This record gives sequence, C-alpha cells and structure tokens, in this order.
Amino acid sequence: MGVDANGEEAHAAETERLRSMLADDLDVGFAEFVRVFQRPVYSAVLRACGHAVDAEDLAAETFLRAYRALRGYDRRRIMALQPRAWLMTVALNTWRNQVRDRARQPSEVPLDGEVEPRSATDPVADTVSRLEDRRLLATLVVGLPAAQRLALVLRYVCDLSVVEVAEAIGCPAGTAKSHVSRGLRRLRAEHAVRELYEVPR
Amino acid sequence: MVIIDRDGGGSPPVDELEAALAALAVDPPASLSARIFAQWCRVTSPTGDLYVAFSDQGISYVRTAEAVGDDETVFLESFRARFERPLLAADRPPPGLLPAVRTGRTRPLRFDLGQLTDFERAVLTVTAQIPAGQTRPYGWVAKEIGRPKAVRAVGTALGRNPVPVLIPCHRVTRSDGVPGEYVFGPQAKERLLRAEAVNLDEVRELASERIFYLGSDTTGIVCFPTCHHARRITAKHRKGFRNIEQAAEHGYRPCLHCRPGIATGDAVGA
Repeated sequence: MGVDANGEEAHAAETERLRSMLADDLDVGFAEFVRVFQRPVYSAVLRACGHAVDAEDLAAETFLRAYRALRGYDRRRIMALQPRAWLMTVALNTWRNQVRDRARQPSEVPLDGEVEPRSATDPVADTVSRLEDRRLLATLVVGLPAAQRLALVLRYVCDLSVVEVAEAIGCPAGTAKSHVSRGLRRLRAEHAVRELYEVPR
Repeated sequence: MVIIDRDGGGSPPVDELEAALAALAVDPPASLSARIFAQWCRVTSPTGDLYVAFSDQGISYVRTAEAVGDDETVFLESFRARFERPLLAADRPPPGLLPAVRTGRTRPLRFDLGQLTDFERAVLTVTAQIPAGQTRPYGWVAKEIGRPKAVRAVGTALGRNPVPVLIPCHRVTRSDGVPGEYVFGPQAKERLLRAEAVNLDEVRELASERIFYLGSDTTGIVCFPTCHHARRITAKHRKGFRNIEQAAEHGYRPCLHCRPGIATGDAVGA
C-alpha cells in the first residue's frame, strides 16, 4: 500500500491504461473504471461518511455522476485526469449533497445498528476477534473530526497518496498531511484509553 | 498496539494501526454494478426487431430497429442522451421478454419508469392495460387517470413513452378511426394496429356515421367498437351510439371490460 518507486510506476501505467480506455469507448472504459475503483469508492463512503448513509446508494450515485461528467469531457481532458483522486472528489461531493438534502428533509435513517461487512476476499480476516477489532476501529474512525476522518480514510483505507488525498479533499498537500497525522495520533490516544478501561478479550 | 508516530507521507507501513486501517477496505455488494449499468439487447418480434434497454429495476427504453435505421449505435446514443447512464451489451434478454414479444402479452413485464413524472407514469400504467387488438381514445386514458380534462397532456405523455410497443401507446387512438400521432410516426402506428387485427377501416366507417360506441340489444351493454365484446355482437343485434349518454338513455350500461365511460360530447379528436 505504500507508494514506492515501482508502485508509483505501476500506478502511472494503470492510470494511463484507464484513461485510454475511457477515451476510446466511454461505456466499455467505464466498466473497467468501476471494476477498479468500486472497492475504494465503497470503502470511502462506508468508512468516511459515517453510518447515516446507505453506502451502496452513495457509491452508485458517485459512479453515475462521474459518468455524466465524463460524457462531457473531450479526449484531452480525459487524458489529463487523475482518475482516483477525481473520483474521490465526486464521492465526497455526492455525500455532502446528500447530507445537505437530508438536513432539509429529516429522515428516519438509523444512526447505529450497522453490521460490520464481511470481507469477501479474505475469509481469514473474518475470525470473530478480527471482526470485533474492525468494528471497534471503524467506530473510532467515524468518531474523528470530519477533516481528519476523510484524510485518514482516503490515505489508508483507500490507499491514496498524500497528494491525491489533498486533491480529493481540495486542500494543500501540507494540510492533508497534517490531517492524516493528527487523525493517527488521535486514534492511537483513543485506542490507548480503551485498552486501559476495557476488559481485554 | 505499536505506538510509532508516522506522518503518513508515503513511507511503507510497518505500523499496526495503518495496517488495521487498510483492513477496513471492503468490497461493495455484488448488486452495486447493476445499479450503475443498464444492459441492452436486440430481440425479434412479429412486427420487427426491437432494441431494449433494461436493468434489475425493469425495462427502461425501447426502440424499433426500424426507428433507429437498424443501427445499434443510434439506439445506444439515444439511450445515453436521454438517461445519462452507461449501457453494456446483455448476455441475455430480461426475464419474460421473449415470450411477451412473441405472444404480444406484455402486461406481466416489469418496467423502470423512474425518470418519468407521476402524471406520465399514471398514463402509461393505464395504457399498459389495453389488450392487444383493441384501441381506446385519448380522452379515455385522461378519464381513467382521474384527469378528464388533461386530454392533450395525455397525448404528450404518450409521445414521451420510453418503452413503446411493450407499453402499447399505439393502442391509444383518435376515436374517428384515424390512428393519430405516434413516437415512430403515424404509419408505424397504423401498421402495428393492423398487425394486431384492429379493424381500422370499420372504425373509420362507423365514425363517418358518427357512431363511436356499439351496444348489444340482447345484453344491454355498450362498448368501444374494438372491444372484444363488441366484436362478438352479430349484425342483427348491433346498435350504434354517438355518445355514452345516448346509450344510457336507451337503457344500455357501459361494458366493465373496456369501460367506455366518457361523459363529454362526441369524444372525437384529441
């Protein structure tokens, strides 16, 4: 997940491949686009946007918005796109719009009772204690201030570079970096407090 | 938990917390992709091939091959322009479509009319109930949806029907026997109606005598001329009426099947 030199090269090649596919045939390219990015997009909206959203709704709406935008882009613009960071920006905007709409018309979306989703790809990760750990960590993440939460989720859950995080959130890289490190520090502190006061399993 | 304060600036994670955060990534449910992509296919029907777009929610868009010049790219582009949604070739047609187009019984099909207004949806829901081989006037649809004065708006809504042929807006006609406007043009409408054995010539002939309803003097029931009950009336017992009030004066009650309850004048036009 860290971006070393090889990783960066592979990432650049992958980006280039996606751009060409989108530019050549939007719908076929978009199928690949969804295949590659559905996990980070879904994870981002699930983990960063809190419990009060239907992550699947939000992920679907994110991709549909992205598609509508891409339809209006010419080849030059598509070839200049940073697809991952751009898509995360779309996801965050979609989420903000939904929060705003919900605020206007209060709804009955439950705030808790979330079931921790099982990992489809890694059954080993689903032993009871691992699920419990993930649940606890997810809860701690949701409790972080918005700026730190978004930065932290994009950086580690979605595996974006700090530069991409900054682009997605719309802030300078230095700011993104400090959101990330403050978020980490706060998580560690809260986790330590829990270890002190809770009965160990 | 190991407490190492990293700044997260692109260094490889040796940190338990960072790894634990990475493990919070989850695959979306398999249903996500069906909510993003629509699918399309081409099917053969007795009145010509159809291009059909659909999703898990139902069928959302239909064009006759003839209307798009037999060119799938024209169909795909018109879908995208209207729905702004990606479209992929389907492995197979949606459930029930093939028997429905073969038999003409399209009522059981599921449609996705989510993009339409409530009014347009109401118009199409009523129109979907008109059986093959029968026609109803525009004013009848307006009355059935509880908006008897919205006859012109019914015409407009039918013109925007995204799923023609399958929701048979061609069966909504002028009551003078002239088929009237159609998404694919009046000739296509007349051809579809004749393929369903609607006797347009007879309807026109009756209309020229200002007869818009047919009753049976044995049952005392009055119908639209294309209702299958009206078609069974023998010449000897057949009585023509100009409007439903006239029929009522003679003691006839409206057919429960075709529901010819229009209360306004001649019911011509529109």
